[in-house]
Amino acid sequence: MSGTSSPPPKPPSADDEAFKRELVVLIPHLRAFARTLTGDPTAADDLAQDAMMKAWDARASYQMGTNMKAWTFMILRNQFYSEKRRSWRQTQLDQEAAERTLVAVDDPESPVALDELRLALATLPEEQREALILVGAGGFAYEEAAEICQCAVGTVKSRVSRARKALQATLEKGGYARDGRAAGDAMRSILAAADRLSSVRQG
Amino acid sequence: MTDNSNPPGKPPKGGASLEEARLRQQAIGVKLRHMFDEVVNEPVPDEFLDILRRADERSSGGSGA
Repeated sequence: MSGTSSPPPKPPSADDEAFKRELVVLIPHLRAFARTLTGDPTAADDLAQDAMMKAWDARASYQMGTNMKAWTFMILRNQFYSEKRRSWRQTQLDQEAAERTLVAVDDPESPVALDELRLALATLPEEQREALILVGAGGFAYEEAAEICQCAVGTVKSRVSRARKALQATLEKGGYARDGRAAGDAMRSILAAADRLSSVRQG
Repeated sequence: MTDNSNPPGKPPKGGASLEEARLRQQAIGVKLRHMFDEVVNEPVPDEFLDILRRADERSSGGSGA
């Protein structure tokens, strides 16, 4: 006795099934995006699960055949900022949190490069970091990133461009606190690691 | 072994640092994607699928149980 006089159970519709299949495929991407936003794997999975449920509940408003990835990322991002406004601890991703970001790395060959990149990312203003992640790592076009962030395409472009410059400058100057490591090291290890990665990919 | 998106034998005069900056941006890009992809490639915790399954039962009247 479920108590409510709801309509009789209807068989899952073909649309629901198709929606779910697409949603399942997106879960890994939602987790990755959530991790870059929260900087904490547990909080990230909570966020990704909430977003997944929100997407499911809102499936009637999604038009099949449109960009579901961008749509779910937008839901996740909105969820993140609204929770953050409400209650979330206001950790502006500080450097300590950044070290937990995207943890459980690791290409054992390049832990240094990844650490440095994470630290440098954490020094970026939030909206720049998010834009750079979406375009530079998530593979979104500027137009899609603008849709996700609900801002103008030109705004995304300038955020990404400023983020790239700032990131490079930080990596070269060692603008983050780090126990006395020589400035050029970070950039050098990133260059080396990237070289390895791309030759692996081409191979 | 070099990533030759630049025509060999034709180094841009005075553009060495520009070229260097481009290479660095490229390297940063590769690392960024790598960092993101590592999470993408993690196995998805069962919880996610459980939640979806339950949501499904809720909305379709528990046919799958």
